[in-house]
Amino acid sequence: MADAVRAYCLLAWTWTRALAQYPASLTMLTVSQLVVTGIDAIVILFIFEHTPTYAGFSLPEVMFLYGTSGVSFAIADATIGSVERLGRHIRAGTFDVILLRPASALVQVAADQFSPRRLGKLVQAAVVLGVALATMDVDWTVGRIAIVPVMILSGTFIFGALWVLGATYQFLAGEAAEVMNAATYGGNFVTQYPLNILGRDAIRALTWVIPLAFVNWLPALYILDQPDPLDLPAPVRFAAPLVALLLCVIAALVWRTGVRHYRSTGS
Amino acid sequence: MRLYLTVLRSSVRRHATYRAASLAGAFTNTVFGFMRAYVLIALWQTKPVIGGYDLTAAITFCFLTQGLIGPIAVFQGGLPEMAERIRTGDIALDLYRPADFQGWLLATDLGRAVPDFWYRSLPPMLAGALVFDLRLPDSPEVWLAVPVAITLAIVVSFSIRYLVMLAATLLFDERGVSSVAVVLALFFSGILLPLPLFPGWLGTLAQLLPWAATLQVPADVFLGQYQGLELLGAIGGQVAWAVVLLGIGRHVTTRVRHRVEVQGG
Repeated sequence: MADAVRAYCLLAWTWTRALAQYPASLTMLTVSQLVVTGIDAIVILFIFEHTPTYAGFSLPEVMFLYGTSGVSFAIADATIGSVERLGRHIRAGTFDVILLRPASALVQVAADQFSPRRLGKLVQAAVVLGVALATMDVDWTVGRIAIVPVMILSGTFIFGALWVLGATYQFLAGEAAEVMNAATYGGNFVTQYPLNILGRDAIRALTWVIPLAFVNWLPALYILDQPDPLDLPAPVRFAAPLVALLLCVIAALVWRTGVRHYRSTGS
Repeated sequence: MRLYLTVLRSSVRRHATYRAASLAGAFTNTVFGFMRAYVLIALWQTKPVIGGYDLTAAITFCFLTQGLIGPIAVFQGGLPEMAERIRTGDIALDLYRPADFQGWLLATDLGRAVPDFWYRSLPPMLAGALVFDLRLPDSPEVWLAVPVAITLAIVVSFSIRYLVMLAATLLFDERGVSSVAVVLALFFSGILLPLPLFPGWLGTLAQLLPWAATLQVPADVFLGQYQGLELLGAIGGQVAWAVVLLGIGRHVTTRVRHRVEVQGG
């Protein structure tokens, strides 16, 4: 594990230095990343220009959902999001080289093209989260305060696991890689909003099939003391770490199976 | 002209081969269409009409704009096919081909848009229509105007991306400029929210900028938001942006050609 972390940091630093060769590009990338990730928050602000409450939630409450989803997503994206480029490695034949090197294949693919600009999103989401936490009307108990870091960490692992699962799918269908964007980027988009804007069946699917509801929706129901549209038993609201762990185990197993059955394109 | 038609045709054929990738993109665009639709449905529950759209129009707007992402391609930032050629210096060859550089790339881009329309525009619209009541144009002049507006939207989008590509040529790297271009396009095209929902002067400004001509205008044409002369005005606006931006592109191209610098050995 320590080896994997060291390899990851080394690769990330190498990619950062490579990008720094183009300083104008690096600056524009970082600034635009800050703005692009802020765009979704601006949309929420615009929506609240037309209404004081949205689906039963106030502006700070929706921003709380936005911030928790954004922070989790940003950490997962910066650290492991590059696995979505697996298809390109397979097509170009570079995945063969990766397998030959004495470091974990997942680490190498995850650190590929690492760019500090992706942390721009983390800063932006964290600021929104901070403002939301400060302005939200919540009766802060020890339990509610403790849930916040737990949900962010669980959310990060859920997003990370989805990314790895999505990448593994590219062993089967490299060309159709974009399908998995619906789960990762789409997951980030949908968890910025209260899930009760969706129909019940859609919420069920996002709870039990692609467990995005555990990223922030279910823990947030507890923190904000809101009713659950599915009327699930109360302990489900605290199940996020368990779900994250389970999903990571599944993702690791699927990844290993994928690597084991990988056949080079031969080019 | 024959040359450009040949380029266009071969571009259609080349891009039509990426069917699995296009359909995967269509799938993701469709999923986002549903999510955006539900975001708007929750908002429209507070009022029946917002920014001149009723709920049906708002939902149609979501699936329509999600469908147009593929062919309009304004969120590609620059011209991805050229990015690698800029970094390797191959663009120097392209600039000295015995064909008009801009015309060649425009023909290629229009060719790209044809299969993108079939594979990426129709699925989101059809999926949306299966679940929701969507609004279709009800008059023949609107049906005539829609393909014109979509084609012009592609030309305006191309002319923006062409300028981005030229800027990238001067910086030897595409990533920075095109990421800025993507941000502007996301914000001002209408893909986030219909532009009339933007507050105050920002909404007015957004509708005057060229990015509105790439998604907001064709969607409004489709939804029948323009009547009679307004329809001509909307299309005229698209033509104006296309002419101005292509003109700037031509001008800058000659300047770039005079200071081509080839990297590497």
